[in-house]
Amino acid sequence: MNIANLFKIAVRALTNNKLRCFLTMLGIIIGVASVITMLAIGQGSKKSIQAEISEMGSNMIMIHPGGDMRGGVRQSADDMETLKLKDYESIINETRYVAAVSASVNSSGQVIYGSNNAPTTVYGISPDYMEIRRYKVQDGEMFTEQDVTTAAKVCVIGKTIVDNLFTNGENPVGKIIRFQKLPFKVIGVLESKGYNSMGMDQDDLILAPYTTVQKRVLAITHLQEIICSAIKEEYTEQAMDEITEILRRNHKLKADEEDDFTVRSQQELSNMLTNTTDMLTVLLAAVAGISLLVGGIGIMNIMYVSVTERTREIGLRMSIGAKGIDILAQFLIESILISVTGGLIGVLFGVGASLLVNYVAHFPIYIQPWSVILSFAVCTMTGVFFGWYPAKKAADLDPIEAIRYE
Amino acid sequence: MKEIIKLENIRRNFVVGDEVVHALRGLSFTIKEGEFVTIMGSSGSGKSTLLNILGCLDTPTSGEYYLDGVSVRTMGKNARATLRNRKIGFVFQNYNLLPKTTAIENVELPLMYNPAYNTVQRRKKSIDALIAVGLGERLNHKSNQMSGGQMQRVAIARALVNDPAVILADEATGNLDTRTSFEILVLFQKLHDEGRTIIFVTHNPEIAQYSSRNITLRDGHITSDIENEKILDAAETLAKLPVNDDY
Repeated sequence: MNIANLFKIAVRALTNNKLRCFLTMLGIIIGVASVITMLAIGQGSKKSIQAEISEMGSNMIMIHPGGDMRGGVRQSADDMETLKLKDYESIINETRYVAAVSASVNSSGQVIYGSNNAPTTVYGISPDYMEIRRYKVQDGEMFTEQDVTTAAKVCVIGKTIVDNLFTNGENPVGKIIRFQKLPFKVIGVLESKGYNSMGMDQDDLILAPYTTVQKRVLAITHLQEIICSAIKEEYTEQAMDEITEILRRNHKLKADEEDDFTVRSQQELSNMLTNTTDMLTVLLAAVAGISLLVGGIGIMNIMYVSVTERTREIGLRMSIGAKGIDILAQFLIESILISVTGGLIGVLFGVGASLLVNYVAHFPIYIQPWSVILSFAVCTMTGVFFGWYPAKKAADLDPIEAIRYE
Repeated sequence: MKEIIKLENIRRNFVVGDEVVHALRGLSFTIKEGEFVTIMGSSGSGKSTLLNILGCLDTPTSGEYYLDGVSVRTMGKNARATLRNRKIGFVFQNYNLLPKTTAIENVELPLMYNPAYNTVQRRKKSIDALIAVGLGERLNHKSNQMSGGQMQRVAIARALVNDPAVILADEATGNLDTRTSFEILVLFQKLHDEGRTIIFVTHNPEIAQYSSRNITLRDGHITSDIENEKILDAAETLAKLPVNDDY
């Protein structure tokens, strides 16, 4: 008996019981749709976090002074003065996996222009900072290494500062602003980056040469932070190892002493965040998977009832020449048809629901092709798996008893 | 005439608990092509068991059964299924039509399990069979929209559609009123006249008068096997029946 005939027989049997067939499908539809929607939401938030992190610079490495014990008292890391200019220079000169390096010191305070003032932070940095943090100058220009050497009183300001200080729309480039008591000449305005995923305004800052901030604002000689970028994201580990080695040597640490600095990468942060969303995705998918399983059991239940109810029909088919395998195939095809049709409808519903979530709740979504293929494959498997037992039971019936079954 | 069915010392035992029940105790007979045989017997006489064996649904415990020259006793389940599909047409007491299914689709069923037929041939043969049983006007009626007599006609068409070597009818008129019973008998006699081999299992002795040969069973033995010299014409009997519109 050929497959086309079996297919026709199964379709006829299903269309004879449209409502029951649809209700059975409903379990699969809901299962598949929820798997797809949950994965779309999970993957969507992961994607958006990843995008924001790479906006900040995904290959970024941050070096901070580490906490230390002084006379048995653990000191705050911010108070430590372990990062020196020499460390900064060593990193520039001696590393192979580091592309850009910037020293960093910062100070918070009021910035004043004319009758306007606003609280903000001045970041003392090297010109490489722009490349590491992916900032771009929109108007004017960035300060140079020359300005760093001379500790020039120049700065580049973010859009929030422009909005707060230059309220009547004048061009800030060329104007003099005051940070605390120190006047800075604005030589450039940064392109806006907006808020990051932690809710920080990335445009509320002033960038100035680190030497200027060190000497003229803070009056210190150490560095608060060194940030650099690995030549490529995948070399971040090597770059971090190199930096650790150089700093330990510079700080003359013995093998058994712990680091007096910390080296962290943006990748670690990114991994941490994506791990969280991954876990969430798995959790959501597991819940949705359970509903798919319940749908599968629904199919089994209905096929079981269907076999019992159609015992006479099975007996008749056998007496007019259906082999066991024909009956098995018929019932198996019926359950596969239910689950595949349900799966297709479920895919449509799932994609629709995902788009709806995106449209109504503005949730980031991302429908991964594999999640569609996977849930569809799973529901086909469900059809075979849960259809097998009832179909086998039908195929093993004795035609003599089946035909006289009441 | 060709021998369609040949039984040699057929025995069939069933083991029920500790006891062995001898349903058939050594039956031997042959049925030739074109015979209309009624097999009679009270309940427990073994006629159902015999029918199952003749229909290749069951195999004898011992003895040989040749259907159209083929030995059935040693055949496997699947081989017997194919044999049933090609050589046997079943007509049951309770019709056994598929519910909510049209007459044509019901009749097509045996051919669905025969890869030799394509859709067009299948449909054509089914329509021919339905016309032969007088249902040419009701091809697309569903089984639940038909009367008992019509349903049994569809069942007979289904039994004819594969051009079987033998038609096996199991109490085919048992569920029908007298008038419809005779209408079905007329149809069987017509098929007999066309040269088909029919085995009709019944406990109603009246039907025996319309067949060409009667075999009577009792306790697993054949008690009589007689040619019917004076076959009654079912159509005549039908004409004599009082027309009753009460029901």
